[in-house]
Amino acid sequence: MSFEIDIEKRLGDTQVSLTLEAGDGATVLFGPSGVGKSSILNMVAGLLRPDRGRIAVDGETLFGDGFDVPPDRRKAGYVFQEARLFPHMRVRANLLYGVRGEAERFEDIIGFLGIGRLLDRWPRTLSGGEAQRVAIGRALLSQPRFLLLDEPLSSLDRARREEIMLAIEHVRDVLKLPILMVTHDPEEAERIGNRVVRM
Amino acid sequence: MLDATEWGIVALSLKVGGVAMLVTLPVAFALAWLLARVRFPGKVVVDAAIHLPLVVPPVVTGWLLLLAFGPNGPIGAWLQDWFGVTVLFRWTGAAIAAGVMALPLMVRAMRISIEAVDRRLENAARTLGAGPWRVFWTLTLPLSTPGVLAGAVLGFARSIGEFGATITFVSNVPGETQTLPLAIYSALQQPGADALVWRLSCVSVGLSLIALIASELLTRRAGRGLHVL
Repeated sequence: MSFEIDIEKRLGDTQVSLTLEAGDGATVLFGPSGVGKSSILNMVAGLLRPDRGRIAVDGETLFGDGFDVPPDRRKAGYVFQEARLFPHMRVRANLLYGVRGEAERFEDIIGFLGIGRLLDRWPRTLSGGEAQRVAIGRALLSQPRFLLLDEPLSSLDRARREEIMLAIEHVRDVLKLPILMVTHDPEEAERIGNRVVRM
Repeated sequence: MLDATEWGIVALSLKVGGVAMLVTLPVAFALAWLLARVRFPGKVVVDAAIHLPLVVPPVVTGWLLLLAFGPNGPIGAWLQDWFGVTVLFRWTGAAIAAGVMALPLMVRAMRISIEAVDRRLENAARTLGAGPWRVFWTLTLPLSTPGVLAGAVLGFARSIGEFGATITFVSNVPGETQTLPLAIYSALQQPGADALVWRLSCVSVGLSLIALIASELLTRRAGRGLHVL
């Protein structure tokens, strides 16, 4: 199983809970805003602590059974709703931030994302689509074991969405990384997800 | 223009202010970080204690420093026993007084700039494999740097204007602890020294103005999110 998740968390008045066992490919958490979809991703990434439960990826326990692996050791490639590029670093430094040792697949990854000509730019000069592609590149270059995508298309116009959608499909089908993605768009859920979990 | 003695007063003021600011800087940053980022019991009390020099009469702060650093005070006795030094009637004592008085202003400015660093960026860095220290050195510190420098410059300006705590703690010794405000105070006691008061006051206002403008420019830079130093 790629993802084994059984967690509960109370956030204010909302009780967030999810039980999920998902195989390879992309699993989409689909539902309206405010049901705690992003909180689920934060808990899988280790940025938010569940009240109880267990999270395991590829058989390795990240949380529960006495484990709480810190976020920097979970090897999650997390792409947020906003690109969250580091504003004081150029694109190249952003991309290399999570690289340990040699950046083996650097050329490959900037190639399929089409961001080679952006390397010397500052994040504030990028369009929304460019910034989001750099954010995906940065996550992939950190050699993640799995990818977390939090509405990565929501801030983009239609043309840009298609670019990112293709990039995500490439990650799913060619790089074959397990993906856990959150969206409230049925079309995206249908196209990206090998399975869709309604919340 | 200024004569050699008056230039000496200006130089001493800059030395006292500069040393006070440099020594206080890491302490102020550590306290600012603690207040901005860590939850701990008694935080309100620590916060209030740091701000005390801002509201307590400076003469009281000076007197407390005298108690602590005097020959029988805990720090004074320790300095004397271990290093054979005293800060009483010395420029180093003036720098300590200036640093203590500047601390709350510096902590305030730095705390605001640390709080302004987007936690979401720090979280993103954690997921990319950066531990807490790497996040601090590569994100928190550089992103808060303009605000931290603004706080430091503000502290410097406050230090070169320090009067009450300094005169109480290390007295008014020409050439050793007589900084600009103390020299102006002495000149005011002498008949016919109006011209001297004017000259020193102009220098004092000029230095403060330059420091405040520098601090304001740095704050704006931080506010615009340029962060590129």
